[in-house]
Amino acid sequence: MRGAKSAKWVAGAIIVALAATACGGSDSGSDDNGGKASAGSFDPNGKFSVEVGEPQNPLQPANTMESNGSIVVGALFQQLVDYDAAGKIVMVNAESVDTTDNKTYTVKLKKDWTFHDGTPVTAESYVKAWNWAANIKNNQTNSFWFSDIAGFADVHPDKGDPKKQEMSGLKVVDPTTFTIELSTPIPYFIYKLGYEVFSPLPESFYADPAAAGEKPVGNGPYKFVSWDHKKKIEVTAFADYKGPDKAKNGGVTFKNYTNLETAYEDLKSGNVDVLRQIAPKDLPVYRDDLGDRAVDKAYSAVQSIVPAFYTKQWKDIDPRVLQGLSRAIDRDTITKTVLQGTREPATGFVAKGVLGYQDNVGGDVFKYDPAAAKALIKAGGGVPGNKISIQFNADGGHKEWVEAVCGSITQATGVACTGDSKADFQADLDSRDAHEVKSMYRGGWVLDYPVNANFIRDLYGTKSDGNTSGFSSAKIDGLIKGADAAPSLDESVKLYQDAEKEMVNEMPAIPLWYYKVNAGYSEKVSGVDYAQDGDPILTSVQVKK
Amino acid sequence: MGRYVARRLLQMIPVFIGTTLLIFLMVYALPGDPVRALFGDKGADPATVANIRHDLGLDQPILVQYWHYLTGLLQGDFGTQIASRRPVTDVLADAFPVTIRLAALAFLIELVFGIGLGVMAGMRAGRLVDSAVLIFTLLMISVPVFVLGFIFKTVFAFQLGWTAPNVSDDVRWGELVMPAVVLAGLSLAYVARLTRTSIAENLRADYMRTAVAKGLPRRRVIGVHLMRNSMIPVVTFLGTDIGALMGGAIITEGLFNIHGVGGTIFESIQRREGTTLVGLVTVLVLVYLATSLIVDLLYAVLDPRIRYA
Repeated sequence: MRGAKSAKWVAGAIIVALAATACGGSDSGSDDNGGKASAGSFDPNGKFSVEVGEPQNPLQPANTMESNGSIVVGALFQQLVDYDAAGKIVMVNAESVDTTDNKTYTVKLKKDWTFHDGTPVTAESYVKAWNWAANIKNNQTNSFWFSDIAGFADVHPDKGDPKKQEMSGLKVVDPTTFTIELSTPIPYFIYKLGYEVFSPLPESFYADPAAAGEKPVGNGPYKFVSWDHKKKIEVTAFADYKGPDKAKNGGVTFKNYTNLETAYEDLKSGNVDVLRQIAPKDLPVYRDDLGDRAVDKAYSAVQSIVPAFYTKQWKDIDPRVLQGLSRAIDRDTITKTVLQGTREPATGFVAKGVLGYQDNVGGDVFKYDPAAAKALIKAGGGVPGNKISIQFNADGGHKEWVEAVCGSITQATGVACTGDSKADFQADLDSRDAHEVKSMYRGGWVLDYPVNANFIRDLYGTKSDGNTSGFSSAKIDGLIKGADAAPSLDESVKLYQDAEKEMVNEMPAIPLWYYKVNAGYSEKVSGVDYAQDGDPILTSVQVKK
Repeated sequence: MGRYVARRLLQMIPVFIGTTLLIFLMVYALPGDPVRALFGDKGADPATVANIRHDLGLDQPILVQYWHYLTGLLQGDFGTQIASRRPVTDVLADAFPVTIRLAALAFLIELVFGIGLGVMAGMRAGRLVDSAVLIFTLLMISVPVFVLGFIFKTVFAFQLGWTAPNVSDDVRWGELVMPAVVLAGLSLAYVARLTRTSIAENLRADYMRTAVAKGLPRRRVIGVHLMRNSMIPVVTFLGTDIGALMGGAIITEGLFNIHGVGGTIFESIQRREGTTLVGLVTVLVLVYLATSLIVDLLYAVLDPRIRYA
């Protein structure tokens, strides 16, 4: 099962593979072939296959949260902007996105973009799609992404029917221009626009949205062909695509696998070309099996253990106790042994690869030192009850590391620590939502957009949807507010960096490690690279003749 | 006979209602909300959750939900999946054909080899062949299915290269042979043992002596007199095993990447897809009810002393 990916629910926007990155990828991929790998050895119309699971939801851009669906939606739809590997904004469907006050954004579209059915992509295509997706009547799981836009409450009230059908913040100026007015200024709003939720929809979508979710018509590099449920989804390169990330291959087959072991066997016997993940069973051997085709790359996600601050135990805890527990965890050894090198010890709250990532922000707090750990816990008044537990879902492959972390804590500090296992991810979520976590729980976060705000504001703000621990700090909230009010993106990122530094003193969670992609690909393809959200970049894959 | 069948068919109605209600209540009792789970790790917007629950009727009392489900079922409507919004009938139509193929092939293997081995062993009870069959079946019973599957894959797919390790999307018959053997393995051993015991016992029965004394040819003695009487316990087992093959193939299906009933049941439990689960189980209950009726009717064919009014 794909349980191990439970932390990876929302895949963020796919990074545009700029020409430079893509070439770099294919060059390094064909190093061993020497001179043989000339440009002519690739088939621009060749198709390849990728391992996925069956998407849970219909393929509507604002309704696709889990990784199986979002990789397909990402191939079919393209948004206004995207970002490169360095976190810089790249205009894609937009000619320009301008703002003077971070509150009103003017979007100018590139002309002559079309949907796969031939109809033009206009300002109306965006405005209407967003209004539709935000409307509570349409039950889109990602509708809260539009909550920054003025008038969101009219179409998405907390209770009852929507008062209006349109958000007051969206206005069509002319066929290729529209404006977005936010309810409060957000300096990094343009980054959010790269997320799949902000895709445009063709007019044909509204006739029957459910049917459109089965046969999506997008504006992206790939065109939908067929969806054979639980077997495969086929897409083919869209010939009229105008974006910078035009497909270097003829199309993709998303092959459905029920478990990673079988997918890996199929990779070895040449029945599937690109994997997104290697099963734990095969991790020790996959480098030997695949050679240069083995992938080991960091992506922007972080795993933490989070105290449930609503419990008696952690209600008024001195942060030094949590710092002490953090210092009692031997991250280096655990990532190397138990996790077999698939993770990298964390040194802060913000994952690598996002704008504003600071190396080693936590300093000593993240370094293993039993003596210092004991001293800190003592200075903070000790762990209430002298025992903790870590809640996790048993279906996600978390048991081993939870036990290792517990062992490390107990050995270093004498604080008793046990794993608190819930049958599966849903039972785990239930317990978190109902505020029934006994002591701590495991938390995971994959980026939505590559700005540090995503790892700070969306997780640790008192009222953030992602804050399920009950953490609330007036100081952090104040810093977040200040960062959001910054006049420019750069200043906002800098203020968020300050907030992250402050978080080390407050310890809203104990970050453990950053995720890595451990995957591989077949001999048939090259130029396989993985984006910041951990998914393979499909358009840059080249198929050998 | 006709009255008996009619009575049995009528009895199916309460069994059917009881089982579906039980499954419904069991899924309801599990912790975890399928609608909340659509949002994953990230926080869910309560207004959207409430609205989706309302649209699906999940905010109503469980018995009301069950009533809606049952009345829908009578009109041939199995409901809608929560996450994908696909009709459950579509999901069933995807899953069952694959599993029926696999189960049919496994059943055939089980029937031919199980009974064959059993007859061989039973006819020569206590001799070398008998011991060999006993050891072989013991092995099949004691080795877990996933171990067997793994060994088969390693040997036949990776080392000998006779077949692909996994079943492709087209689900060709040739590809299904290996999973079917693995799936049939355990039941095959039971069938062989049941047949062997039954044959060994009946060899000494009075009617066998009579048949031999009448001077009937050996083929007729064994083929008609011995086999017919010895098959009664075996048929009972085979009948219930059809249901087990259809529903219990979770491990085998997962091992060979077959997208059939087993995997769908597992997934539906994980995602708390109540309607899908009840739909799958409903069909399986029907399969069980039908096969047990056929088994009972076969008794009368096999043993003329058994008569139904």
